Amino acid sequence: MTVLAVSALLVLAACSTDEPTTGASGSPSGSTGSGTGPGTGSGTGEQSKFFVQADYDQQLALLDAAPTGPADKPWEQALNPEMVETAKFKKPGPYKICFSNAGLNNPWRQVGFKTMRAEVDTHRGRISEFVHVDAEGKDQKQIADINDLLGKGCHALIVSPNTTATLTPAVEAACRKGLPVIVFDRGVDTTCPVTFINPIGGYGFGHVAAEFVTQKMKRGGKVLALRILPGVDVLETRWSAAKVAFDKAGVDVVGVEFTDGDPARTKKIVNDYIQRYGTIDGVWMDAGAVAGAAVEAFEDAGKPVPPINGEDQLDFLKLWKEKKLTAIAPTYPTYQWRTPIIAALKILDGERVPNPWKLPQPTITQDNLDEYVDPSMPPLHYAMCGCTDLPGYPKRWK
Amino acid sequence: MRIARPPQLLKVRSGGLTPIIVILAVLLVLLTARQPDFLSPPSLMSFLGRSAPVVLLAAGQYFVIVSGELDLSVGSLVTAQVVIAARLIDGDPSAGWPVVVLLLAFGIAVGLVNGLVTTLLRVPSFITTLGMFLILVGAVYLWSDGAPKGSLSEEFRRLGRSAFEDVPALGRIPYALVVLLAVAAAALVLTRSDFGRTLVAVGGNPRTAELSGVRVWRAKTMAFVLSGLAATLAAVLIGGYSGVSFQAGAGLEFGAITAAVLGGVALGGGRGSVVGAMLGALTLETLFTLMNFYGVSGALEPTVQGAIILLAVAAASFRVPSR
Repeated sequence: MTVLAVSALLVLAACSTDEPTTGASGSPSGSTGSGTGPGTGSGTGEQSKFFVQADYDQQLALLDAAPTGPADKPWEQALNPEMVETAKFKKPGPYKICFSNAGLNNPWRQVGFKTMRAEVDTHRGRISEFVHVDAEGKDQKQIADINDLLGKGCHALIVSPNTTATLTPAVEAACRKGLPVIVFDRGVDTTCPVTFINPIGGYGFGHVAAEFVTQKMKRGGKVLALRILPGVDVLETRWSAAKVAFDKAGVDVVGVEFTDGDPARTKKIVNDYIQRYGTIDGVWMDAGAVAGAAVEAFEDAGKPVPPINGEDQLDFLKLWKEKKLTAIAPTYPTYQWRTPIIAALKILDGERVPNPWKLPQPTITQDNLDEYVDPSMPPLHYAMCGCTDLPGYPKRWK
Repeated sequence: MRIARPPQLLKVRSGGLTPIIVILAVLLVLLTARQPDFLSPPSLMSFLGRSAPVVLLAAGQYFVIVSGELDLSVGSLVTAQVVIAARLIDGDPSAGWPVVVLLLAFGIAVGLVNGLVTTLLRVPSFITTLGMFLILVGAVYLWSDGAPKGSLSEEFRRLGRSAFEDVPALGRIPYALVVLLAVAAAALVLTRSDFGRTLVAVGGNPRTAELSGVRVWRAKTMAFVLSGLAATLAAVLIGGYSGVSFQAGAGLEFGAITAAVLGGVALGGGRGSVVGAMLGALTLETLFTLMNFYGVSGALEPTVQGAIILLAVAAASFRVPSR
């Protein structure tokens, strides 16, 4: 009995530490890399094997690109668009639009999906039916879901894949059925969808945050990098871009730690580092989920909060404003959930659409913070939802 | 027929406090060698405050383990309690105490179910509490659609986050530490009571206990209820310390079991002390802090916990049988 119990305990102990808790979700492909980034420098360790120099260069270039499209509707904008013909998909409405969703298993996806439903509501005359199937974060379920949807007479299929490689054959099968397929958020390893929609991506996020922390802290200061967990492509790209930036600037990165997305763990780690080094001069984070906990750790230790980055979640933005932090919030905007609906309708009208459809990825800074802080919204809401003009705002997102 | 035994040696070996005190002392020496400030009052107080939840859980786990069972559900119970609290309070400052009462009731209910299923339905506690673990994880997930809703009020969080300020000599004493000391005192009284002794007897040899008139099912069920209560207090402290999160209780059951085992509580029951279990938890936290100060990756923590469980069980099997 004891032996059985112990061995099972060990198995369970292993499970309990690696629950995926990514705040946002993925960037396109790029899951295999050359692993030959710039050499290791100031305590940042080896470059991630997810690092792909070409993708990195492309994303950094996109950060400076001027978007085309209506300035007040970034979800309709595109960066360096290359348009594709869609005349062969033209059909009279109203349409049945189907959506195979990887999951609703984090606040980012929850906010995104509410935004998508609201977008559908603005096209009530043109969309007669919107079918949503939730794969609950399981590849196998999503493969079956897509297969089921193909028999349901959908006019267009939107897919937000759970993982890149595993879902590729299912998406290819859908393309062969002849209906327009639109992929967004995480990508697939095929060019058969009509368009692939997503914002700039992880390198852009990590780079913007690292540059900010480097510039705002005192020279020669100590930086603590907090990551959620290793091995997730979007988070690896964020970190690898930050590593390049820190190495280039010769920043003293005293620690790179994994928090598991657990605020208690985050506070302990930060507390330990404060004790170990007396002070920490900058904090870089690969996702905003535990930024609030990191800030609290400095407060509880009676130390000033150093320059830090978070994400566009309301709890962090409120804290930033309230405590007058030196902070920045790069985003992986949830407004991208509006775009697939808009794209589907354009395609069914036979209008040309960009492919890939790269959306701008705005950053919240001290200058525009007030536009995004809405104290009445819940703490886990994402401010960059582009949803304030949609039906049912704000009640629907609460 | 009795086997003659060397009394002095045995006292150290079976469930005594000496080994854990020695280990803790060695770790503290290593820690202060690296970080002389560690034992200074502000740093020590903050360490004790943030370690309070896992020490509480170790105390709760002691009662279950010493009665011959295991409670794997405490981590998910902590998560459930934090998520429930956030949803019910939803930032409303006046909702604090009523919600705490409700959480305590829920903790007792979970302990009761664990205990009754284990004793009356004769399901091994390992399976019962594993089932409860999964039920709670799933139920919380379903209830909250996969992302926690609402928020904890500052008032609710005070217990886990704030402290008595400006105490002479010590600086600040976290409320969490005061809660911990109160629970430790209560646990000590409980283990010295008839109930505490009965529980050890039940864990040592349930058949004998049964034959001598002990209602084994009642004693064991009480142990699970105590563990549920400890998890509830831990949840209030953790929620206060770090706010609402789905990760609030992740892995805590293993922390608590490892701590108890490290503190000399025998898996299988019948041996050990609640003070040992609590010291085990402090030792474990000290070890993790030490690892951090020596620059060892935090990712190794589960490995270390696993190694401790294996070593402790292996060491226990070499013990001279005490009766």
